[in-house]
Amino acid sequence: METIIILHILLVFMIIGSIITIEIKNMLSAVIAIGSVGFILSIMFLFLGAPDIAITQVIVEILSLIILIRSTINVDNVSIEKKEEHVLSNRTTLIFVGVILVFAWFAFRSLPPFGEPLMRISNYYLNNGLRDVGATNFVTSVILDYRAYDTFGEAMVLFVSISGAFAILRRWKREQHKDFLRIDREH
Amino acid sequence: MTLYFLDFVLLSIGLYALVVKRHIVKKILGVAIMEYSVNLFLVLLGFKKSGIPPILTKDMDFETFIRTAVDPLPQALVLTSIVIGLGTLALMVAMAIRLYERYGTFDMDEINRLRG
Repeated sequence: METIIILHILLVFMIIGSIITIEIKNMLSAVIAIGSVGFILSIMFLFLGAPDIAITQVIVEILSLIILIRSTINVDNVSIEKKEEHVLSNRTTLIFVGVILVFAWFAFRSLPPFGEPLMRISNYYLNNGLRDVGATNFVTSVILDYRAYDTFGEAMVLFVSISGAFAILRRWKREQHKDFLRIDREH
Repeated sequence: MTLYFLDFVLLSIGLYALVVKRHIVKKILGVAIMEYSVNLFLVLLGFKKSGIPPILTKDMDFETFIRTAVDPLPQALVLTSIVIGLGTLALMVAMAIRLYERYGTFDMDEINRLRG
């Protein structure tokens, strides 16, 4: 029972940190606030009984902070706050988000209650994982034996996205491309 | 139940930032908040009351372990999802930096106006 109260307190802190993130004007402060949200999420994973995801979340959060600070450290890091009426103004968006929240409250009643998962497939994994795989950590047995193709696809997606970021940010070859564009404009 | 609802409030905050804000980096931060919320929701679905992590040690009884261990399947899939989120965030930040070098601003409306 104490665990559920601690989870509620941590989730309220995460919501406060997210509101600070999207409403503050200095962009470096926003990046630091979202870093705090990620570390609170890692603590919540520890309380939920998932130490593997907590370790992964800490590492990924540090790397994300490095990437985001690189994007905001050398530029004008002040958010744009012009008071103009758009088609999707703030008030209309808030009304629609409130409607979505009301419908979500009814939709969550059809889920199984909190603390009692279904575990139809996971019972097979827990019963036979030790005999089939031999790993005492059952998350490892699911990742590397039962669902190994998912992990292979994950590595492929990661490689493709990082190579895409490298192709966007590179500088050599771009100069030749500029020359070709200029020649085309002259003709 | 209330935990699910608070988690959905977190997702709606990210959606609001993605729709309303005009700064590109703030839109990226909204996507990151939505990723946190969805990962947390999937792990919350597999939680058991007074559950233990699904790691078997030597002094445990096997039947008791099966009755009290939390669900290992959402944890494995969320671990994949977290790493993919890092890759997509790196790609989005690279595009934002390239746009800033091209147009000199992070404002979406200003970029649309400069394109003509």
